[in-house]
Amino acid sequence: MNIVSLSNSYDADFVSAVEKESKQNVSLCYQCGNCTAGCPYTHFYDIPVSQVMRLVQAGQRETALSCKSIWLCATCESCTTRCPNEIDVARVMDVLRHMARRAGYAPEPKVKTFTDSFLSSVEKHGRVFEMGLMATYMSKTGRFLTDADLGPKILPKGKLSFKPHPIVGKEQVANIFKRYNEERNS
Amino acid sequence: MSSSLTYAYYPGCSGLGTSIEYDQSTRAICAALGIELVDIPDWSCCGSTPAHTVDHTLSAALSARNIAQAEELDVQGIITPCPSCLTNLKTASHRMEDPEFKEKVNKLLDKPAENRLPIMSVLQVISEKVGPEGVAKKVVSSLEGLRVAPYYGCIMNRPPDVMDFDDCENPVAMDELMAALGADVAPFPLKVECCGASFGVARKDIVAKLSGKLLDAAEDVEAHAMVTACPLCQMNLDLRQDQINSANGSTHDMPVFYYTQLIGKALGLDAKSLQMDKLCVPPAKAFRKMEEARRANAS
Ligand code: SF4
Ligand code: SF4
Repeated sequence: MNIVSLSNSYDADFVSAVEKESKQNVSLCYQCGNCTAGCPYTHFYDIPVSQVMRLVQAGQRETALSCKSIWLCATCESCTTRCPNEIDVARVMDVLRHMARRAGYAPEPKVKTFTDSFLSSVEKHGRVFEMGLMATYMSKTGRFLTDADLGPKILPKGKLSFKPHPIVGKEQVANIFKRYNEERNS
Repeated sequence: MSSSLTYAYYPGCSGLGTSIEYDQSTRAICAALGIELVDIPDWSCCGSTPAHTVDHTLSAALSARNIAQAEELDVQGIITPCPSCLTNLKTASHRMEDPEFKEKVNKLLDKPAENRLPIMSVLQVISEKVGPEGVAKKVVSSLEGLRVAPYYGCIMNRPPDVMDFDDCENPVAMDELMAALGADVAPFPLKVECCGASFGVARKDIVAKLSGKLLDAAEDVEAHAMVTACPLCQMNLDLRQDQINSANGSTHDMPVFYYTQLIGKALGLDAKSLQMDKLCVPPAKAFRKMEEARRANAS
C-alpha cells in the first residue's frame, strides 16, 4: 500500500459515516491480520481487507472507496467470524460498497452490472427470472458469449424457464423499490 | 395449533430453476420425515447478495415481505433450503430487533412484518428435530461404501451470532446425517471455504480458482462425491466443473449431490422426486464406486 499523509488527507466525516452506517467501532481494529488471513478473495483484491480497515481508521475516503476489493468481497463472513475484536468486518465492506455506489465508483463494472440486472429483475417480476437476468446482463456488457458453453449442459435438463414466474404481489415488491428510491432522493 | 413440525417454506428463486432438484428432493424427504411444509403464500425474492451490497434497509425489506406473508400461517417458524435466502431472512430478522431499523424497513412495505417467527434452514430442522437417529431408523437402502465429502459453504453457519446453528468453523450436521445413512464420511478440510459465490458470471476466474481448490481437496480425501446444501455452491461445482477444469488444467469428474438427494435415496424415495438426472456430472460413477467398495469390504 502507498504511504499516506494523514495531516492533509484525514477525513473525519468519512470515519464517522462508516461507523454510523455499519454500527461498528473501527478504531477497535489493531491490525492483527486475521481477517486477511482467512479471506478467500485476497488473491483477487487490490487492497487486503485488513488494510481496507486501516484506511477507514485513517480517514482515507478516496482510496478506500475507489478500491476493487469492496466490489469483490463475497460476504463469506470469514473475517467477521474470526475478528478477535468482534468487528463485523463484512458489514464494513458492505457499507463501503454502498458508499462507493452512491459516490459513483465502479472499478468492477461487470460486478455492478450483474447486481443491477439482478435487482431490476426482482423489481419487475417479484422474483428473479434467471434467463431474463442473463439476457439483460449480456446486452448491458456486450458479452454475448458469457456462459455460452453452459447452454448445452443446462438447457436439456429443462431447469431454466423461458418465462418469468410473476407473482400476484409483484406490485408490492415494486413498491419496496419505489419507496426506497423516494426515500433516498428526498 | 398445527402439528409439531409444521413450517412456512421459502423455496427461493433458484428452487424454481437451476436448483429445482434441491427443492423437489427437499419436499420429498420432509414429507417422508414427517416435516410439514406450507409454502409462503405468494413469496417474493429476498434480493440475495445483490440487495445487501446495495443497501441494508432495502435488502431487509425484500426479506421482510416474506416474513410478513409467513405470519399469516399457523406454523412453528420459517424454513428454507437455501443458505443465501437463509442469511438474508435471518439477518433482516436479527437487525429488526432494533425498533428503529424495524420501523425503517416496515415503512418500505405495504404490510408491515411483526418479526416474531424463528427462521431456520431445512438442514437445521432435520438435524435438530428429527436427528441422525430419527433419519437412520427410516433408512431402507444404506449408502454403505459411498465416500462423501460434505461441503457446507461459507454462510450456512456464519456469522455464528446470527446463524446460531452448528459450529462456525467445523460444522457437522451433514456429516452426521450422511453417517446415519451408512455413508463413509471423508474428513473434508475446506467445509466452510467460499466457492466463488455469485461471481460465476462476472468473474469466472474467481470461481475457477476457489471452486477448483474445493474439487482438488475432495479428490485428495478420495471422496466419490461431494455433498452440498447450497444451490450456488452446487452450481459452481457441478455445472461449472468443465469450465474449472479447462481454466486449471484439471480433470475432475466429481459428482456433486444435494444432501437431500442422498437422504432420499437411502430412504428409498422414487427417482422422480430426487431428480438425480438434473445433475450435470452424472452421479452413476459415485454409485459404481460405492458398489465396488462394498464388494471389497465383503471379501
Ligand atoms: S481481524 Fe479484526 S482486528 Fe484483526 S485486522 Fe481484521 S478487522 Fe482488524
Ligand atoms: S467477507 Fe469479504 S472481506 Fe471478509 S473474508 Fe469474506 S470475502 Fe474477505
